[in-house]
Amino acid sequence: MAELLQNLIDGLGRGSIYALLALGVAVIFGVMHLLNFAHGELITVSGYATFWALSAGWSWYLVVPLIVAVSVVTSLVIERLAFSRVRGADDFTLLLTSFGVHFVVSAIFLLYVSPSVKTFSRPGWVTNTYAVGFLRIEVFDTVVIGVTVLALVATSLLLQRTMFGLALRAAAADFDTARLMGVRSDSVIRGAFALSGVLAGIAGIFWLMRAGNTVPTAGINPMLKGVLAALIGGLGSLRGAVLGGFVLGLAEVLLRSRLPDSLASLTEGVVFLLIALLFIFRPQGLIAVAHAERV
Amino acid sequence: MLEVSGLTTRYGEISALRNASLLVGAGEVVGLIGPNGAGKTTLLNTLAGLLEPSEGVVIFDGEDVTGSSPERLLRMGLALVPEHRRIFGDLTVEENLRIGGIIVSTRRRQSLLEEMAEQFPVLRQKWTTAAGFLSGGEAQQLAIARALMSEPRLLMMDEPSLGLAPVMVDVVFELISSLRDRGRTLLVVEQNATRMLDLADRAYVMRSGAVVAEGTGADLRADDQLFDTFLGN
Repeated sequence: MAELLQNLIDGLGRGSIYALLALGVAVIFGVMHLLNFAHGELITVSGYATFWALSAGWSWYLVVPLIVAVSVVTSLVIERLAFSRVRGADDFTLLLTSFGVHFVVSAIFLLYVSPSVKTFSRPGWVTNTYAVGFLRIEVFDTVVIGVTVLALVATSLLLQRTMFGLALRAAAADFDTARLMGVRSDSVIRGAFALSGVLAGIAGIFWLMRAGNTVPTAGINPMLKGVLAALIGGLGSLRGAVLGGFVLGLAEVLLRSRLPDSLASLTEGVVFLLIALLFIFRPQGLIAVAHAERV
Repeated sequence: MLEVSGLTTRYGEISALRNASLLVGAGEVVGLIGPNGAGKTTLLNTLAGLLEPSEGVVIFDGEDVTGSSPERLLRMGLALVPEHRRIFGDLTVEENLRIGGIIVSTRRRQSLLEEMAEQFPVLRQKWTTAAGFLSGGEAQQLAIARALMSEPRLLMMDEPSLGLAPVMVDVVFELISSLRDRGRTLLVVEQNATRMLDLADRAYVMRSGAVVAEGTGADLRADDQLFDTFLGN
């Protein structure tokens, strides 16, 4: 019982980060029908910014807003340089473009920075824990879950209460009709990339705090988690993406602690197996959405 | 107000619209009739900016707007109630109307919302319902109200009575005539040719992607051969 509760908290902490990444993937898929395999590059770029800023003597308090800012700017730059040129192309072209962006960003850091791992110091409190009854809870997980809940509530208010949120939801449901209503395709798509950048930035803060290093290929893992969680939840569904993130996080933690020791290193493989099973029985993901035509 | 000359729109090799020309004057109600596949929807979608014409010129309010985006055309005052209504089913009735008024100021949007609630009691009753739950007739009223939220100077409607129960067809035609009586400029595509000709100041007849006849409702109805051939009952 104690172990299960412990796993749940760990899983929620891990799942929070995945949920933020998946929500960013889902927002962009909604307006553009683009499954963004370059989403993790926001964390690659933020990772190097973190390394340079900390090396230059910045404190983590300054690095935190820097990560979000770098993530948003990177997201907007990638949209302008790559995705704006293939708007309206078929899904396969969009997919290949996002793969291209992923490889180009890694290659830039590989060629012009260094192929080796750049490490930086993590904030001291990351490894602290506190006791609640028989549970040992990480300060880090508590902060991650708390910040994620705030970010999700803020995103939900943005989508429900503002004209931008309304335009984004309308564009995701039926892009052409939204344009007929006067929704500017540029604004809504750039807005989606900015929102996706903010969410990836918040996830990136925690990802980088925990990792304490970055490499040119650092984006692959967060990208995989975000894309997988969005797929598990049902592509295009924002609630599904958040749900998918938490499901993926919980599944990983539970499997790692429950699998026999000899299999524990295969956790990732077992997760993929379960995802494959999910898609056999429920190809549309946990929450299905009806798609109209996209731009 | 709207002058279209020699407009041609292609889907790949196929010209869905060939060399179409028409005029809509301020305050006029103009009908666009003809059989299925005549190019009526292609014409409206091209005028609204959803499709790019390969040839021809569109002048709106004296300005050449050929090939402009839908969002720009709407800001100039040209709105389209699209075929099949295309309301946002996951959004509430109110949210659908709000999005229709995205280009007007917040204060103006609020007062337009109140006007719509008054003018469309059916919508007021379902104000916070997801629009996907509306009946066909209610959804059509929502689609028209949503387009009115942008305060368009020229309102185009594509088959507003399509697929509606007879009693709802009456409601939609009453709505069109009340818009006419209030001096709105309308360009309406209708399969229900007889009723449209009764209502319109003038009409254009399309067939196989081309405009083949033009005249007042009475003229067109008097032309027996035309009526039987193209619009036949």
